[in-house]
Amino acid sequence: MTRLPVNANGLLDPSDAKRAITDRTILISIMHGNNEIGTMQPIAEIGAIARERGITFHTDAVQTFGRVPLTVNGLNVDLLSASAHKIYGPKGVGFLYIRKGTRIQPFMHGGDQEGGRRASTHNVPGIVGMGKAVELAMRDVDAEAVRLTAMRDRMIQGILGNIEHSQLNGHPSLRLPNNINVSIKYVEGESLLLSLDMEGVACSTGSACTSSSLEASHVLMAIGLPHETAHGSLRFTLGRQTREEDIEYVIGILPGIARRLRAMSPLYKNKNQATA
Amino acid sequence: MMEQYSEKVMDHFRNPRNVGEIENTDGVGKVGNPVCGDIMELQIKVKDGVIVDARFKTFGCGAAIATSSMVTELIRNKTIDEASKISNRAVAEALGGLPPIKMHCSVLAEEALTKAIEDYHKKRDGSL
Repeated sequence: MTRLPVNANGLLDPSDAKRAITDRTILISIMHGNNEIGTMQPIAEIGAIARERGITFHTDAVQTFGRVPLTVNGLNVDLLSASAHKIYGPKGVGFLYIRKGTRIQPFMHGGDQEGGRRASTHNVPGIVGMGKAVELAMRDVDAEAVRLTAMRDRMIQGILGNIEHSQLNGHPSLRLPNNINVSIKYVEGESLLLSLDMEGVACSTGSACTSSSLEASHVLMAIGLPHETAHGSLRFTLGRQTREEDIEYVIGILPGIARRLRAMSPLYKNKNQATA
Repeated sequence: MMEQYSEKVMDHFRNPRNVGEIENTDGVGKVGNPVCGDIMELQIKVKDGVIVDARFKTFGCGAAIATSSMVTELIRNKTIDEASKISNRAVAEALGGLPPIKMHCSVLAEEALTKAIEDYHKKRDGSL
């Protein structure tokens, strides 16, 4: 298996994918939208390359299906996986789109359900729930993507504009409409998280301190962030219930939280001495 | 993580005691690194063998900030000898316990204290 690198925005270069193909390549699988930093990959371009070479192409569209308008033909994919709970459906159910003529090897053996592609009794409530969730998501997908993108960009601009030494992680425009990932330098993510939680804001961080492995997010490491910047990362996810006033609320309280924690940070002190 | 922290930890995180630095400090203990995500800097002021002031600056999670704050409280007005016997367990216990995965924060606090005391001895012996 060959792993492809990404640039500082988390973006994959299709020509890298092209170069990585060998005579033995049977499958290319690329995530459509990254769950941590929000970067969306040039799936259609890579799909065109795969098709030209006759290689099966899969995308993990868990973050994008139902959130951004997409079609399997537009993306040039043979296989696409999605999950119900990301679009307000039940947990524990998802689907795999298989283009006609694409042969897959089942990973669950036994019964001949689903045309022998996946053994085991159907999860009927899950399937019905997912069907309804897809129906609702698809009804609003265009307008909701526009609404979330506007709030996302306002929030990014509000945070970067009001907190010095903060940065956006991930691509500024080729980005999931609902994802904001910023690093507040010189402070640690879990302490930011706790402070925001006390003010009623739920978010997450790529800091090692909240992971059971005590290692910083591999995604933030892959885009080349220094450890201390990765530790100070915050991810906000917008959704159906998010309103403009929620965005303004976070923009309003975050600078004070950053100031308070920086006053405690030995890294911030050193930074001031260095620039003084 | 918040629900795993004790009331005491959250109190010390919300209102950390003794944040800052000491002018003409008698001992500095700096431990941790950015890779692990915790950096603690502990400073002490000693008079007649007694720690009369202790201050800290910490880059780290809630537990790291709370243990730093607690260790400064525990060593104030203690003799150097008494302070050097304070273990990471004592710091964690004084905070009403720490989640298992955060026990290393209390170890860091103990190491910072040990280093600050070492630094104090070094400075004092050097000036003799």
